[in-house]
Amino acid sequence: MRLFPQFKIAAGGLRTHKSRSALTILGIVIGIMAIIMVMAIGKGAEDLILDQIRGMGSRTLSVEPGRMPQGLSDFAEVYTESLKDREVTAIKNKNNVRGNNEVAPFVYMNGTISYQNEKMRTLIEGADQLWMDIMDVEPEEGAMFSDSDVKQMARVAVIGSNVKEELFGDSDAIGQRIKIKNINVKVIGVLPPTGVKMMMDVDDIVVMPYTTVQKILMGISHYHAILVEAETEELVPLIAEDIKITLREMHGITDPDKDDFHVGTMEDAMEIIGSVTSVLTLLLIAVAAISLLVGGIGIMNIMLVSVTERTREIGLRKAIGATKTDIITQFLIEAVILTILGGIIGIAIGAALTWVVGFGIREIGGFVSWRFFFPMSAVALGVGVAAAIGLIFGLYPARQAASKSPIEALRYE
Amino acid sequence: MAIIEAKNIKKIYNHETVPLEVLKGMTFDIEEGEFVAIMGPSGSGKSTLLHIIGFLDPQTSGTCLFNGKGMDDYTEDEIAHIRNKEMGFVFQAFNLLPRTNVYENVKLPLIYSDRPEKEWHELIMKAIKAVGLEHRLKHETSQLSGGEKQRVAIARALVNDARVIFADEPTGNLDSKSGALIMKTLQELNQKFGYTIILITHETYTAEHAKRIIKIIDGQIKSDHKVHKRHDANHGFKK
Repeated sequence: MRLFPQFKIAAGGLRTHKSRSALTILGIVIGIMAIIMVMAIGKGAEDLILDQIRGMGSRTLSVEPGRMPQGLSDFAEVYTESLKDREVTAIKNKNNVRGNNEVAPFVYMNGTISYQNEKMRTLIEGADQLWMDIMDVEPEEGAMFSDSDVKQMARVAVIGSNVKEELFGDSDAIGQRIKIKNINVKVIGVLPPTGVKMMMDVDDIVVMPYTTVQKILMGISHYHAILVEAETEELVPLIAEDIKITLREMHGITDPDKDDFHVGTMEDAMEIIGSVTSVLTLLLIAVAAISLLVGGIGIMNIMLVSVTERTREIGLRKAIGATKTDIITQFLIEAVILTILGGIIGIAIGAALTWVVGFGIREIGGFVSWRFFFPMSAVALGVGVAAAIGLIFGLYPARQAASKSPIEALRYE
Repeated sequence: MAIIEAKNIKKIYNHETVPLEVLKGMTFDIEEGEFVAIMGPSGSGKSTLLHIIGFLDPQTSGTCLFNGKGMDDYTEDEIAHIRNKEMGFVFQAFNLLPRTNVYENVKLPLIYSDRPEKEWHELIMKAIKAVGLEHRLKHETSQLSGGEKQRVAIARALVNDARVIFADEPTGNLDSKSGALIMKTLQELNQKFGYTIILITHETYTAEHAKRIIKIIDGQIKSDHKVHKRHDANHGFKK
């Protein structure tokens, strides 16, 4: 038996039924395409998210209200009002939390802002210079508000580039007064176009002193987070532990399961993201696998039809000296050619769609750091999986073909 | 030594639990270089007999030896190899591969042979020349006449240098002119090249192109004799 002539025979057999062959491989094409897209976009998204978190800096900790969310129902816990001025003071106290740390509370709200006849809804951040440092942005026009602005609850704001564009167009924004909740706020700085950072669209926000947002705009006494920047990276786990001990003592908590706050570090966040994306990837791969299974059954079905149709041909081949192995090989090659072809087309379409999706995420979603990711391992996996499906689902029809007696087959009309 | 030795061959089909005895004990020898016609009306069991002596189907009882050995002496792959190397088959319905040209059809047995690929072209051309189709090499089988198709089938049977050619009603689907050409080809292969030819037919006239006729009726040999006034296909063929 020789493989090359067998290959030619198989390819010829498929060429004679072009449209049927094309429809047969559709399932494989979709399955492989799905796997490629899941792998490529999943990896791109993971990288992007990790990038965003890394942007937060490895020295940053974030203390947030409510216990560490364990499931969807826990997300309401963030509304717990457990972080107030006394907690900020306690964390700042070196007797409680070691190291020379910078500590800054943080609040945010959604609100409508207006300038003359222009109006827009946006996110209003109550922060201070530390937040700007962590986000690694500074105004390109005007200046950031100062610590004394924070202390005095100054009615000043630094605005994102989109906000400036929407409200002021080409005219100058610095020194103008915008209205938030009927309160006049003076624009003192405009941020450069930055895109999304730490899952926040910096171009679409208004940053004001946290005191002003908390007391004047929102009228609350708690914070949405307390940001802590550690002196060194090595101190981060120790500081996290110190904060937990301090706050538990203040809040009279003995059982850590009953915490009314949680401390997040970049490492924790990356771990969570990693496990979330791997679960999602597994889930999507399971869906792709089902599609491949269906595709494989389609291949088997068509191969069985083909075997029945070509009973006479099989009989003839056996009569002139083909062994069972020869016949099995011929039909397996046909099945594998079909599935590998489907795999290659699936990879090509998958890569193209991945690029399109990536383009959309960059250009429309504003995630400029999105990278087109197309792993060679995905190509190898795609072709490998396709070939395996051909072998697995082609085997039964091929054995059916080989088991035909030459006499029965030649007699078949 | 006879190339084919059949001793008391019986074939019983169990058709819907009712046993049907198609061959009721047949005994005969065929020597190398013979041109034998197995003749009988339809249903007499001649095709079944051909399948048994051609190692396509085992007998129910009795012995059938090819070159001194029976089907039981070989594995399935060895039988395939013998069919490939020693036997050539020509069928009434031609059984050529559709959408494939003459050259590729004749090549088919070589794919399953152990002959080195560099010899193939010469063997294929020799077989195609023997049946006079060298001008049709690249034609697809659908473009050929019935007679030409059957000559392709004969070339395919010859290509691997078979010792015995089994022809099952080779003229059955052909008009008389094409039929004559096929019989002429078979006679030439027998006389010029010494091939052993076993021809299955239901027509006395066709059978009389052979050198010996085994007449079978109802699964039994009715007569087995030499042909005294043999038809020469060169002098025309009628149906």
